[in-house]
Amino acid sequence: METRLRIAAIVATSGLLLVIFELVRRKRLMERYALLWLLAGTTLIVLAVWKGLLTTLANKVGIFYPPSALFAVALAVILILLVHFSLVISRLSDQNKVLAQRVGMLQERLEAQERASGVAGDPAEAATGADAGAGGGQERPSTIEEELSRTG
Amino acid sequence: MSQHVAIVPAHNEAGAIAGTVREIREHAPDFDVLVIDDGSTDGTAARARQAGARVLTLPFNLGIGGAVQSGYLWALEHGYQIAVQVDGDGQHDPRYIRELLEHLRARPEFNMVTGSRFLAGSEDGYRSSAPRRAGIGLFARIVSVITGQRVTDPTSGFRLTNRRGIELFARDYPHDYPEVEAILLMHAHRLRSCEIPVRMRPRTSGVSAISSTQPAYYMIKVLLAVFVGLFRAKPNIDPGDRPPVTAEHTI
Repeated sequence: METRLRIAAIVATSGLLLVIFELVRRKRLMERYALLWLLAGTTLIVLAVWKGLLTTLANKVGIFYPPSALFAVALAVILILLVHFSLVISRLSDQNKVLAQRVGMLQERLEAQERASGVAGDPAEAATGADAGAGGGQERPSTIEEELSRTG
Repeated sequence: MSQHVAIVPAHNEAGAIAGTVREIREHAPDFDVLVIDDGSTDGTAARARQAGARVLTLPFNLGIGGAVQSGYLWALEHGYQIAVQVDGDGQHDPRYIRELLEHLRARPEFNMVTGSRFLAGSEDGYRSSAPRRAGIGLFARIVSVITGQRVTDPTSGFRLTNRRGIELFARDYPHDYPEVEAILLMHAHRLRSCEIPVRMRPRTSGVSAISSTQPAYYMIKVLLAVFVGLFRAKPNIDPGDRPPVTAEHTI
């Protein structure tokens, strides 16, 4: 591989690694998602630095132009990352659904209790789920906000 | 209501949870017991309730970090002054809760006391398998160097904290495999922790959160977290700073 290309590859990959590191440092990126990126970046940087490795790999699988092998490896890494993210998104969607269901059930239970104890005041307001979000809104969301400002 | 709470994270520990709760109530009667049912699919929550614990049920498995932090949030909300973490699997002997508490009372300059398996006086207790001990030893050395004090068992989750610790952990707690990072988090906030020897027991049922396939991931993840942590000049969770969810910002 040509020296200029290698330098460019090393600089770009180092930049990627630095960005990942900085994101983890600022707690924007969790370690568990950073690891895959770090692995990808390290693989690419090793291939860029270690000249012989890429040529050997390329010859082994019958690629005549070694930089193409670099693209092939990068493509594979990106594919793995994408599959990983699809898995993560699926898990998050599923958890989100469970959370929404749980909140709905809690709200229903709370309203039933309020109705039973007559705390709700206006029974018509407490009776419908849609109103309770807005009607009970005077009280409950404000406590949630207080909560966030206190814990945050 | 008591001023003290025992936080017991449990994930599918139906076999051991009732015994753990009863032991805590027996040996530390002035502690309220809060079991965090971390998305269990067996009867963990029901058995804990039967044994007399309050149960906080999470809708899905958050992992040990999220589960324990739920406990600290609950303790903060309910105004507890002291919180002790006791694993639901029975490895932590509740007889030592009293010692942990007395140690913290006697040494008010400390904010957290950890029960260590590796201090003199705990030789005959359960000390994990040899490869794990090697890993724990490595983390112990790293944490000792960073904090500038001797830490022998940084992976022990048997910990008692005062109100400052509860406030800190309710706001910020590491996600997976949190114990090592939690010590460093305390250190970063200039809170102090110490250790006393305890004898631990082998788990009686269930499976460890760190299964046989995961130690490599555990080591790498915690090493990365510790390394990156060195470059965080100022902890970013003092009042007026970022909200609890920091991953919401884009690049």
